[in-house]
Amino acid sequence: MRVTWDGREVEARPGQTVAGVLIANGVRSWRTTRAEGRPRGLFCGIGVCFDCLVRVNGVPDVRACQRLVADGDDIRPQRGAELPS
Amino acid sequence: MSRVVVVGGGPAGMAAAEAAASRGVEVVLIDAAPKLGGQYHRQDGLSSEDRLAPSAAHADRRWTSPENVEHVPDASAWAVEAVDGGHRVHVRVGLADDPSREGRVFATRALVLATGAYDRALPFPGWDLPGVFTAGAAQALAKGQGVAVGDRVVVGGTGPFLLPVASSLVGVGARVVEVAEANAAVTGWLSRPTGAMAGWSKAGELARYAGVLARHGVPYRSRTAVLAAHGAESVESVTVARLDRDWSPVPGTERRVEADAVAVGFGFTPQLELALAARCRLEDGFVAVDAAQGTSVDGVFAAGELTGIGGADLAAAEGAVAGFAAAKRLGAVVEAPLRAMSRVRAGRRFARALAAAYPVRSGWQDWLRDDTVVCRCEEVAKRALYRAVDERDVGAAGPLKLVSGAGLGLCQGRICGRNAAELAGLDDPAAFAKRPIAVPLRLSELAEESRAEAPVDAEAAARPFGIDR
Repeated sequence: MRVTWDGREVEARPGQTVAGVLIANGVRSWRTTRAEGRPRGLFCGIGVCFDCLVRVNGVPDVRACQRLVADGDDIRPQRGAELPS
Repeated sequence: MSRVVVVGGGPAGMAAAEAAASRGVEVVLIDAAPKLGGQYHRQDGLSSEDRLAPSAAHADRRWTSPENVEHVPDASAWAVEAVDGGHRVHVRVGLADDPSREGRVFATRALVLATGAYDRALPFPGWDLPGVFTAGAAQALAKGQGVAVGDRVVVGGTGPFLLPVASSLVGVGARVVEVAEANAAVTGWLSRPTGAMAGWSKAGELARYAGVLARHGVPYRSRTAVLAAHGAESVESVTVARLDRDWSPVPGTERRVEADAVAVGFGFTPQLELALAARCRLEDGFVAVDAAQGTSVDGVFAAGELTGIGGADLAAAEGAVAGFAAAKRLGAVVEAPLRAMSRVRAGRRFARALAAAYPVRSGWQDWLRDDTVVCRCEEVAKRALYRAVDERDVGAAGPLKLVSGAGLGLCQGRICGRNAAELAGLDDPAAFAKRPIAVPLRLSELAEESRAEAPVDAEAAARPFGIDR
């Protein structure tokens, strides 16, 4: 499966979540907060906390822990509040 | 209207669907995950098989949907509304948080809510650093994705759940540096042969987890907690200390421990929003139910952690009772499920003992500094929360949210609500749980729903919020 993180190709398998792919590839922080720009990554892991938001194929505010990766996904960090491109 | 609708595909929801289906009733089983099982029976997401494998005890259990159950996976139930003779459940179905999700609406005269619970996390300095996870996150990643949250992990919090989490982490290759239990040791509780624990089927399972930890030399410390996480971009070390009986740190017992991850869990918070939307009565922060799992609202049943935290066995028993009762409401011939009802009674005795042995004690409030974030979404520190209470004389959840900003972010107060309520001295544990839209949706999704829902005034519906599309 071909998936990119911040423009670089990473290993991914069907059934993995975006968070599963990122953490398996050693990425622990993929968002910054709106107010103070603090780093955030996975927290609750079950779709409740909305801390693990990430940009997938140009769409921001996707929960990395809930979203399954699909072939060709372009996954990027989310900095503060972002609008869809 | 002629089908039972079950929301939640964990132990309670699956049992409810199975029970109702066994009485010949058509069932819709709505679940947010791609595969059934919920948190307890979380399936291996990477396997193409459908197999419930939470533990050795259930390793070979499979669940095949009975023919008359329509399983709707990847489905987020975002609203419940009362309609003539029953309720309507509004659902978005598709890839998580994708704008391409589609709306579906299920109307029913017999609704079973089995929405479960999520980990309660207590704030401490550094808890918003990447590398701090809930215990449930560590468990979900280990069981569902085969990944460890870190190389050197400290597991902390309270209750028996810390044991399977630590054991799963060891199973995916992490080194669990220590397990910090804030109350008394679970192992001591397990060894007590009488009372609520007598005959409890999970005792053996927990003893196995304890065995795994002992074999890997994982220290298990009682009256101990993670008081701070340190690091620049993510966790590099943590401070661990002894606690007194009220959970205030014992001065001079602080230790710095090298770790790149922390997994913390202080019990569970029920997922109440759909039950509240249906106007079900609560009792001590949980949905009140009768002997048939009926809520205070006609045609709405609740089962599992929504009604009290008692684990998967109790949840499944409650689910079965609820499923039979829901089928009966739709006219099926059902005898009282006496065995399941007696499992419910036994399970509730255990749940009460569990709650009494593993409470969250007030001393956690001493762990926070003035600048410690309480609300992670809106980045509201303890100082700002106290200022709202002191200067504005805030005495209820609504004003507290508006004045301090806590609970106004994307998670809608799910993570901070109970903590903020306790810090502010509000005594209602569910004060923050009212969320008319039960899961955050995109505005375009809401607009689409309102178009579908309001065909009467087509012109207005085509222009949601007065904006031309």
